[in-house]
Amino acid sequence: MTVRERLRQNISAAFYRHGLLCASYPVPIILFTSASILTCCYPLLKLPLPGTGPVEFTTGVKDYSVPSHEPQGDLGERPDWYRGPPVAYIQQVLVKAAVSPWDSSLVPVDVFRSPLGRVFSLLEEIRNHVYTDRSLETLCLQVTELLPGLRRMQSILPEHGCLLVSPGNYWQNRRDLFDSDPDILKTVHQHEPKGIHTSATLKDLLFGVPGKNTGVSLYSRKRVVTYTITIALSNYDSRFVASLRSRLKQLHPSVNCTLREDHMVHVHFKEEIGIAELIPLVTTYIILFAYIYFSTRKIDMVKSKWGLALAAVVTVLSSLLMSVGLCTLFGLTPTLNGGEIFPYLVVVIGLENVLVLTKSVVSTPVDLEVKLRIAQGLSSESWSIMKNMATELVIILIGYFTLVPAIQEFCLFAVVGLVSDFFLQMFFFTTVLSIDIRRMELADLNRRLPAEAGMPPPPKPGPLRTREAPPPPRPSAHTITLQAPAFRNLRLPKRLRVVYFLARTRLAQRIIMVGTVIWIGILVYTDPAGLRTYLAAQVAEQSPLGEAGLPPHLGVAPVFPGGDPTSTLSVLPAPEPTPLPENQSQGHGASRTGSAPMSSPQISWGSEDEEVWRRLSFRYWPSLFSYYNITLAKRYISILPVIPVTLHLSPQEAVEMRHPQDTQHAPRTSAKTTDIQTDLTLYKVAALGLFAGVVLVLLLFCLYRVLCPRNYGQNGVQHGRRRRGELPCDEYGYSPPVSEISPLLLRGHSMDIECLASDGMLLASCCLAGQIRVWDAQTGDCLTVIPNNGLRRSSSSGCWEHRDGWDPLTPTFDPDGLLGAESRSPVSTAAAGAPDASEYAEPPLRRRATPSRPALFGDQPDLTPLIDTNFGELPSSLTASARGFDFGGLVEKAYKEHEVSPTVHFSPPTPPAPTAPPQRRRSLGDNPVAFPDRISASPGDWDSSVWSMELRGNLIATGRSSGKLELWDAVEGSLRCCNEDGSSGITALAFLNNRIVAARLNGSLDFFTVDTNKPLGLLQYRGPPGRGSVPSSPCYSSEDVISCQLTRSVQCAHQKPITVLRAAAGRVVTGSQDHTVRVYRLEDSCCLFTLQGHSGGITSIYIDQTMVLASGGQDGAICLWDVLTGSRVSHVYGHRGDVTSLVCTNSCVISSGLDDLICIWDRSTSIKLYSIQQEVGCGASLGVISDSLLVTGGHGCVSFWDLNYGDLLQTVYLGQNSEGQHVRQLLVLDNAAIVCDFGSELSLVYVPSVLEKLD
Amino acid sequence: MPKLEDRCWSCSCSPGMKSEGFPLASRAREVMSGVAGSVSEAFASVRRLHSTNLVRRGLVLFTVGVFLALVLYLLQIRKNVVLFPEEALDTLYSSSWWIPLGCGTAAAVVGLLYPCLDSHLGEPHKFKREWASVMRCIAVFVGINHASAKLDFANNMQLSLTLAALSLGLWWTFDRSRSGFGLGLTTALLATLIAQLLVSNGIYQYTNTEVRSVRSWLPCIFFSGGVTVGNIGRQLAMVRLFFEFVLQQ
Repeated sequence: MTVRERLRQNISAAFYRHGLLCASYPVPIILFTSASILTCCYPLLKLPLPGTGPVEFTTGVKDYSVPSHEPQGDLGERPDWYRGPPVAYIQQVLVKAAVSPWDSSLVPVDVFRSPLGRVFSLLEEIRNHVYTDRSLETLCLQVTELLPGLRRMQSILPEHGCLLVSPGNYWQNRRDLFDSDPDILKTVHQHEPKGIHTSATLKDLLFGVPGKNTGVSLYSRKRVVTYTITIALSNYDSRFVASLRSRLKQLHPSVNCTLREDHMVHVHFKEEIGIAELIPLVTTYIILFAYIYFSTRKIDMVKSKWGLALAAVVTVLSSLLMSVGLCTLFGLTPTLNGGEIFPYLVVVIGLENVLVLTKSVVSTPVDLEVKLRIAQGLSSESWSIMKNMATELVIILIGYFTLVPAIQEFCLFAVVGLVSDFFLQMFFFTTVLSIDIRRMELADLNRRLPAEAGMPPPPKPGPLRTREAPPPPRPSAHTITLQAPAFRNLRLPKRLRVVYFLARTRLAQRIIMVGTVIWIGILVYTDPAGLRTYLAAQVAEQSPLGEAGLPPHLGVAPVFPGGDPTSTLSVLPAPEPTPLPENQSQGHGASRTGSAPMSSPQISWGSEDEEVWRRLSFRYWPSLFSYYNITLAKRYISILPVIPVTLHLSPQEAVEMRHPQDTQHAPRTSAKTTDIQTDLTLYKVAALGLFAGVVLVLLLFCLYRVLCPRNYGQNGVQHGRRRRGELPCDEYGYSPPVSEISPLLLRGHSMDIECLASDGMLLASCCLAGQIRVWDAQTGDCLTVIPNNGLRRSSSSGCWEHRDGWDPLTPTFDPDGLLGAESRSPVSTAAAGAPDASEYAEPPLRRRATPSRPALFGDQPDLTPLIDTNFGELPSSLTASARGFDFGGLVEKAYKEHEVSPTVHFSPPTPPAPTAPPQRRRSLGDNPVAFPDRISASPGDWDSSVWSMELRGNLIATGRSSGKLELWDAVEGSLRCCNEDGSSGITALAFLNNRIVAARLNGSLDFFTVDTNKPLGLLQYRGPPGRGSVPSSPCYSSEDVISCQLTRSVQCAHQKPITVLRAAAGRVVTGSQDHTVRVYRLEDSCCLFTLQGHSGGITSIYIDQTMVLASGGQDGAICLWDVLTGSRVSHVYGHRGDVTSLVCTNSCVISSGLDDLICIWDRSTSIKLYSIQQEVGCGASLGVISDSLLVTGGHGCVSFWDLNYGDLLQTVYLGQNSEGQHVRQLLVLDNAAIVCDFGSELSLVYVPSVLEKLD
Repeated sequence: MPKLEDRCWSCSCSPGMKSEGFPLASRAREVMSGVAGSVSEAFASVRRLHSTNLVRRGLVLFTVGVFLALVLYLLQIRKNVVLFPEEALDTLYSSSWWIPLGCGTAAAVVGLLYPCLDSHLGEPHKFKREWASVMRCIAVFVGINHASAKLDFANNMQLSLTLAALSLGLWWTFDRSRSGFGLGLTTALLATLIAQLLVSNGIYQYTNTEVRSVRSWLPCIFFSGGVTVGNIGRQLAMVRLFFEFVLQQ
C-alpha cells in the first residue's frame, strides 16, 4: 500500500509540475506538438490515397514469369500486390470490320450484320486452335454456373466451360440463330438496363468496347464495326498465345497496325464497398458521431465549448494518424481497411480522459491563478488517468495474445494510438484548456465585477488591471445588482443552437464544397476510371481531325509506367495507305472533308486500340468475374497485348447475309443528316442537362424560400432591442412559441417589491414603501392592503385615519392612489383603514371598514364587476373629506350597536354598503371582541422599514429594521400582535408551526412562540394539508387573542450579521457573514452544530423536510451537509462569485450564482450534470416545481426547463411592457403557481398550462 | 397525484363553501367546479401518458433491436455477393423476415427487464450512466460482430475464446453489475437454445459452410447483445419524461 501511495504521490506531483509547465508556455508547447504530429504523419504520404480505382503495373511479355508468393527483396517498382499468379490472363482479340467499298445500294443494317456474322468463324478458329497438343480448353479459365440471381443472363453468358466472351454470345455462339435473327439491334438492346447505370452493361461486356464505339448502329458514321473477343486464361502459355496471335494475324492481316505487343498490364483491384457493407459502415460512423456528440456536450463551464470539443476531436484524430504514421515508419504496413476499423479505434481510445481533465480543471477554485488551476486539476485526476490507461493497455495486451493477425494489428494500432493520445492530451489539450480558461477569466473580468467586495480580489495578471472598470460596490449580500443587459443570451435547446450555428455559418455547405473540390482533385489525380482517357477519346472523336488527332499521352494513366511515349508517338501518325483496301486513301480524304456521303469506311489502328479495356468502366472486369462468383477484390488480372484483326468484307457478302427484314428498317439517311443527328443529340443532351440544372436550382430556391422565410443569414436585422408589442425573438430569428398562458399581473405597489411570502393560499408582498399587500394566490385578487403608516404619522390623527380609509377614492393626496385605478380591489383597499382604526381606538372607522371584508370572496370572477360598478358611483356621492368624517360619526353609533347586533344598522348610511349584502357582514361582526387587545398593541415605530416577512395561515409576520416583530392579520389587515424585545433589525424570519425565529442584524437569534387562546378546527379549509401552520382561520382569528412571546434569545449566534435563515423539519439553520452555518433545534432553541467549511460568507441555504441541508457561500462553493451528524457530505466549487440561490430535489442540487449560471449537480456524486446560462442579472431567480421542472426568470419572462435533459420547455412572457425588468424573485407556490416579482409588479403564472402545452 | 387532485378540489371548494348564501355563490361554485374538472381531466390525460411511457420505451428498444439485427445480418453476408446488393437484399427480404422482428421483440423485453430487475433488486445502476457510454457500448458491440464476421480465425475454438473474452470485456467496461451479467448470461443461453431449436426443427437453417462457426459465436454475440440492449434500456429508463415527475409530487 505504501508503494502505491508513494507512486500516487509521485504521479500527482509530476502532473502538477507538468500542468504548471503547460499553462506557462502555451504557445511553444502547441508549436512543438503540432510539429511532432506533422513529423509522425509524414510517413503517411507514402501510403496510397483512398480511392477505389484499380492500380496497374506493366511488365514485358518476353521475360514474363509468374511472380512468386514471397516478396523477393527489392524488385524495383514492383508493387506489393504483385505476388502469386493472377486470377486470370486476359487475351483480347480486337476485331475491326467494315464493308468496303461502301455501296450506295447497301442498307444501314449491312454496316454491322455481315461484320458481326464473321465473329462465329473467328470463334471457331480460336476454339479449335491447337499448339502442340495444347488447346484452348486446357488453358482457359473454366467457369461454373452463374450466380443464382442472374438466371436471365443464363442464355447469354457462358456457363460450365471456357470464359470466352464475344458478341456471338447474344446468339449462343450459333451462326444459324444469328442468321435467322430479324433484328440484330433489338437483340443487342433488349438486355440493356433501363435508366442510369454506372457499371458495365451486358453490351459492354460482350462487345468489349464502349457501346457507341462498336459501330453497331443504324446511324454509324464511320461504318466500322468494332468488337472484341475476350478470352480468360487460367494458365499462361506464351507459345500458345504467340501461335494464336500469329495464326489470327495471318488469317486477317492488319496492314497498317503497329500496335505494341511487348507489354502486359497487371491490374489490381481494390476492395469495393457494396451497399450491404456500406450500411454497417455507415451505422458505425453514425454511432461514432453520436458518441462524440454525447461526449463533447458534457464539456461545460469553459469559454468556448466548440473550441474545446474541436480540440478533443483533433486530439483523438491526430493521435490515430500519428499511430498509423509511426507504424508505417517502423515497417508495419496497414493491411486492414482503414475506413472500417477507424470508428472502433476512436471508440477504444475514447474521449473520456479529455473530459475528465476538463471537468477536473474547471472544478478547481476559481480564485486561483490559471496556472495553478491547471496544475491542480491535472494532479487531482492524475491517478485515475494513469489507472485507466494502464487498464486499457492491459485489455489491449490481452487482445494481442488472441493471436489472430487482424486483431493483433488492431491492437498494435490501438496501443500506439493510446500512447500518442496520452501524449497529445498532456501537451496539446492541456495547453488548449489553459488558453481557454485564461480567455474565460479575461472575458469575465470585462463582463462583471469581481466576486465580492468583502474578499480581496483574486490575484490577476498585471495588465488586466488596467482594462477592468472599477467594480460598483454591491449594496448588500442579498440584493443583486441589476446591470444593463449587454447581450441577450440565447435561451434555446442545444439542438437548435447547433442548427442555428450551422445555418449561420453555412458550415455544412462550405464543408461539402471543399470536400467535393478535394475529392475531384483526388479523382483526377488517381484517375481510377480512366476519366482522362475517356475525355481524350471524346475530344478526338469530336474534333474535325477525326481519329488522327489523339494526343499521345492521354492514353496512359500516371500510375501506369508502361506507356512508352516514344513508341506511342511513332504509332500515332495517320495510317499510311495500304494496298488492300483500294479506296482507302480516297475515302480518308473524303471523310476529312466530310462532304461525300458515299465515303467508304476505312479501318485504322491507333494507340487507343492498344488497350481497349481502358475505355470501359473500371468495373468491367470485376463485374464480369463476379457473375461467376469470383471476386477481384484485392487481386489482380494480367491483360495480355491485344490481337488485332481486321476484316474487310465486300458488298456482295453483305448483301448475301441480309435477312429479309433488314431492308424494311429505317430508310437510308444521308451521312450528313446522321452527322446532324449525332450533333443534335449532343446538343439535346446538353440543353436537357442545362434545363434540368436550372429547374433544380429554381426548385431548391423555392424550397429554401418556403422553408426558411427569415433571413437569418444577415446579422443585425432583428439583433438589438425588439420592438414593443412584438413578440420577442432572438438574433437568429427564433421566436419562442406563442403561449396561451396569460400570466396574472398583480399591480398595486408603488415601489419595488422587497419581500415576498406565501403559504400557498395567500400571498403577501411588501414593497420598499413599506406597504404590505395580501393577494389571493388562486385568482390574483388583492385582499388586503396594509399601508405603511410611517408616511402619515405626522398628519393629524383625526384626518389621516379617515383619509386612509378612502384612499382609493381620493387619489390626489394618496400615495397609494394607484389603487383607485385598480378595478378588482376597491373593496379590499377600504379595509386598509382597519389597522389604523384599531390603534387609535376609533370605532366608527373600524366599523366602516368592516364591510370591505367580503373581498375575501373577490376571487370569484362574477363578483368583481358587481363591486366595480358600485364603486364607480362612489366618488360622486362622496365629495369632500368633511362629509366622510361626518359619515364616520354616524358609523360610530352604529358600531356600538353592532356589538350587539352588527348586521342591522349598517347598510343605509355608508355608500359602499349596498354592494355588500348583509350575509357577509354577519361573519365580520365577530371581530370587535379582539379589539381592545389590539388597541393595547403599541403604536409602532413607523419609520422603520420591513426587512423580512413571513406568512403562515392568515398571519403575516414582519420583521422591521427597528427590531420590532409584528403579526398582522392577513385578511383583515389588522395588527394582531407586536413584540419589541429586540432592538437590532430583523434580517430574516422563519415561521414554523407556532414558532417564529428572527435573526437580527447583530447576529443574535430570537425564538418566539405564538399563542392563541383557542384551538381551531377549520384548518383544513385554509392551509395546505402538508403544512402545519399557525392555527388560524378567517372565521376565528378575530376572536382569538394572539400573543407573541420571546421564549429564548441566543445572543451571539453569529459573530457577524445573519444573512440567511431557514427552518424546516424541526431545525432552524442560519448562515452568516462569519462563514459558518449553525443548526438549531426548533423546540428548545438548542444549537446542535456549527458547520464550518466555507471560505466566504453564507449567501444561501436550503433545507427541507427530508433533512437535506445545502449551503452556498460567497466563495462560490456549495456544501452538502448531513444534518444528523453535522458532517460535510460534499463540497464543490460551482460558481464564480456568490451562490445566490440553492434548491435541492430528490436527485439533484440546483444552484445559481452571480455569474448568471444555473448549475445542476447530481446530489449523490456531486458531479455537475449541466449548466444553464442565464441572462445577466437574472441568475438568482430560480424555483423547482417538481422533481423535473425548473423555473427560471429572465427579462420579463419566466422559462420552464426540463431538469432531466436541461431542455427549455417553454418561455412565458409576463407582459408586453415588462421586457426591461428582470425577474428578481421567484416563489413557487404549492398549487404550482409561480409568483415572480419584477419591479413593482407581481405576476402569477400557472404551471398546468405547461402540462397542457406538452400534451 | 390524488393529493394534487384533493388540493385542487379543496382550493376550488373552499371559497364556494364560505360564500354560502351569497347570490352569486352557486354560479361561482359552478365555474370553480368546472375549472377543477378541466384540471383533473388534464391530469388524467397526463396519467395516460405515464402508462404509455413504458410502451414508448419498448417501442424505441424494438426499433433499435430491428435495426441492429438488420445491420448485423448485412455484416454477416459474405464478401463475394456484395457486388449484388439486390441479391443480398433479396435473401434478406425473402428468407427470414421474422428474424429482425424477433430480435426487436427480444431487445424490447431485455431492455425493459434490465431496469425492472435493477429496481427489484434495489441496487440502482450507477456505473457510467450517460449516453456517451451507451454509444460506446453499441459501437463495441458492432465491432465484436464485425470481428466475428470478417476476421479469419484459425479454428472455431479460437473464435469462441476471442469472442468470449471480448464479450466479457464489454460487460466489464460498461456494466459491471451482477444483475447485468446474470441477465446477459440468461439471455445468451435462452437465445442459443431457441436458435438451436429453430434449426433442429428446420424452420431456419444456416448455409452449409457456416454451421460450425455460427454455433461458436452465437452465445457470445447474444451475451454482448443482451448487455448492450440492457444498457440502452437502463439509460432510457433513467431519462423519464418530465410530467411523470409532476405526477409523483
